Amino acid sequence: MTDENVSKTSEVSIVLSGAAGQGIQAVEHILTRVAKGSGFHIFATKEYMSRVRGGNNSTSIRISERPVHSYTDRIDILVLLSDNALERLRPRISKDTIILGEGRYVGKEPNSISVNFEEIAESFGNKIYENSVSIGVLSGIIGADGDVLVKNISDYFAKKSQEVVKANVNAAIRGYELGRTLGLKYNIKPSEDVKAQLLMNGAEAVARGAIAGGCNFISSYPMSPATTVFTELSRLSNNYGILIDQAEDEIAATNMAIAAWYAGARAIVSTSGGGFALMTEAISLSGMIETPIVVHLGQRPGPATGLPTRTEQGDLNLVLYAGHGDFPRIIYAPGNLKEAYQLAARAFNVADKYQVPVFVLTDQYFLDSFYNVEEMPQVNVERYIVKTDENYRRYEVTEDGISPRGIPGYGTGVVRVDSDEHDEYGHITESAQVRKIMVDKRLRKEKLISQDSVPPTLYGNPDYEYLVVAWGSTQENIKEALQKLGNDKVALLHFSQVYPVPPVAKEYFDKAKKVIFIEQNARGHFADLVRLTFAIDTSNRILKYDGSEFSVEEIVEALSQEVK
Amino acid sequence: MFETKLYDIPDADIAWCPGCGNFGIINELKTALAQLEFEPHRVVLVSGIGQAAKMPQYVKVNMFNGLHGRSLPAAVAIKMVNPELTVIAESGDGCTYGEGGNHFIHTIRKNPDITNIVHDNQIYGLTKGQASPTTARGQITSLQFDGVYVDPFNPIAVAVALDASFVVRTFSGNFDLTVELIKMAINHKGYALIDILQPCVTFNKVNTYQWYRDNTYILPDNYDPTDRQQAFKIATDTSKLALGVIYKNPNKPVFEEQLAPYKTDKTPIAYRNLK
Repeated sequence: MTDENVSKTSEVSIVLSGAAGQGIQAVEHILTRVAKGSGFHIFATKEYMSRVRGGNNSTSIRISERPVHSYTDRIDILVLLSDNALERLRPRISKDTIILGEGRYVGKEPNSISVNFEEIAESFGNKIYENSVSIGVLSGIIGADGDVLVKNISDYFAKKSQEVVKANVNAAIRGYELGRTLGLKYNIKPSEDVKAQLLMNGAEAVARGAIAGGCNFISSYPMSPATTVFTELSRLSNNYGILIDQAEDEIAATNMAIAAWYAGARAIVSTSGGGFALMTEAISLSGMIETPIVVHLGQRPGPATGLPTRTEQGDLNLVLYAGHGDFPRIIYAPGNLKEAYQLAARAFNVADKYQVPVFVLTDQYFLDSFYNVEEMPQVNVERYIVKTDENYRRYEVTEDGISPRGIPGYGTGVVRVDSDEHDEYGHITESAQVRKIMVDKRLRKEKLISQDSVPPTLYGNPDYEYLVVAWGSTQENIKEALQKLGNDKVALLHFSQVYPVPPVAKEYFDKAKKVIFIEQNARGHFADLVRLTFAIDTSNRILKYDGSEFSVEEIVEALSQEVK
Repeated sequence: MFETKLYDIPDADIAWCPGCGNFGIINELKTALAQLEFEPHRVVLVSGIGQAAKMPQYVKVNMFNGLHGRSLPAAVAIKMVNPELTVIAESGDGCTYGEGGNHFIHTIRKNPDITNIVHDNQIYGLTKGQASPTTARGQITSLQFDGVYVDPFNPIAVAVALDASFVVRTFSGNFDLTVELIKMAINHKGYALIDILQPCVTFNKVNTYQWYRDNTYILPDNYDPTDRQQAFKIATDTSKLALGVIYKNPNKPVFEEQLAPYKTDKTPIAYRNLK
């Protein structure tokens, strides 16, 4: 569908801008639920500063009659909630952008509408009801269902007194009535299906997928943006029987997770680049003792502390090469919520099957963005633990390299794992012969792992001339950009498994006249990996590394230079 | 009682020097396990790296020989996943108090039901004679040519300060005492530290068998280990080193028992989804 087919009134892009601690999140939370409850498709993403108060944060919300999964620069309505909320967004403001806010915030901006949120709030008893007024006004503008608005406001404040609930509801209704009279009428067609759908962000998709994959252990150390996966699993720990530990550091967390697998759990750690750097020795341990681990790594820009609350795909090389010595590994990078759910679940199955470290790479943009989704697909939990007897050998040499994995206490054998080079029993050895046998055994698993790859997905014309290549979170933004570009000679090949690079990918590359990589990092980590894997030219690279995700418009513009 | 040979590894190529204090400890450990009648597959020995950390290589029970300094996090996790197993983290003073110092502190805070045996020979053996966290100030080593110029780490005082639930010091040369204390530590419900003074006959010419005999004493029968102030006094008095149960706090909640999956169902996570 090209952009022209979308009527200007059937979709709206709203941006809320204000200071940290001011309630943007509350407005986002309620407004998106009101919109979804009214049957509108929604997409929301936020960018925020690494601070608890002040500064300037913003949330972008797209509300549409068709599914929306991507980020646009375009702002139809900008809501200012504080001073200095405008300047950082100036590049995104066009002549069509309506600016809404208190008179003192909107000033003399063209196309601005001054709304006295505070005054309305105060008429119901307190200035703090202004967020409810804003939600009401925006709900009115988009033509949301008034009853849904009332229900969501009531639910949100349910723990407060009756009086407070009532005041907020009334403030919202007044805002709603005002919103209907501002002359900004959108005509978004509601869909019954959407009302029953879930709202989910990237972090929830990863956490829910992990649970679907049988995850019952998480040890981690808080670090933005990966903490949300940890929080979600902790929140659900009573419902699903999950062992939780906030470890003293990432080193402890990772050694715990590996030992948890050794003892029979299915464990994950969630971290970001800096935390993962501390985990790398343990990743090597996982490789040596052939005890699985699942790592969720939510990327943010480095080096070092970098931009703690912003986004990048800059840790692929770190994950690819983490840990000393040679051992197999698997790296997934989901491109949307459904893939995140499926791959997080799959990570546990393949970790158990091949007894290797498995990574799920996301990023801040992916984790913090959310939209309505259909029910997640059914996934099966595959388990490979065997019962041991007295003759059990943990590292029995086998044809495919996989030694049956027992756990202590299940059967009468003893399960002996050793970070030193070891023989079949797990006993330390310096025999050159055994060393070679064991290295070969461990690496032999790569053949099966490679055959068991998640293939890349082609979007667009299979008879393409230009092949756009991407991995991870950029998928949906590129897909919409290609629709906008409207060039039938261009297709997208998206990788949700980045390592091993699925062998089938070679055929796609060979067919292309020109291959163009799009990545959110300064060097083109995946392009380098593909060149290493297939020895093909990967020099056309569109790279972004300023901490914000590629918008649909940026991709369209960059691709316009590359394709004819 | 079981026979100690139940825990023997046939043809084990032992990497310790003749006369090493580790030989005493391995016999004491096997004897304690045999007296407690633990089947090998019900016990997990978790170690880090170093000469002490080779212990599980020579004891036939489940073994998790992990990374230097990381025996405690691994042991905690194993206990979380399967509280029915007897979990012993065993490593040296460098591994436990140096590389793993942060884990030592936080494992004490957690109070999992594990036993932490630390071979304390006050020197690095496997890396050939450098100072360990417990080497005395002024001692000349293979690396500290002018003598050590930092104060030694006092594991007993730190453990008491952190209100560890069971704190023991013993000497590898005292067989009966050490067997008894290992058994008590394993039977204690909660985290138990056993700091075992142990000579390194190759690299520590100061802290010899004789030195330990001359510089230790056994706590009297009327000593009350639940008196924390007194325990701290004993712990910080390094003129002569006390052997025995120096401190215990029997009233601390056990870490794994408080975790979500065990609130209503005691079945170990490890066994819940087996075929």
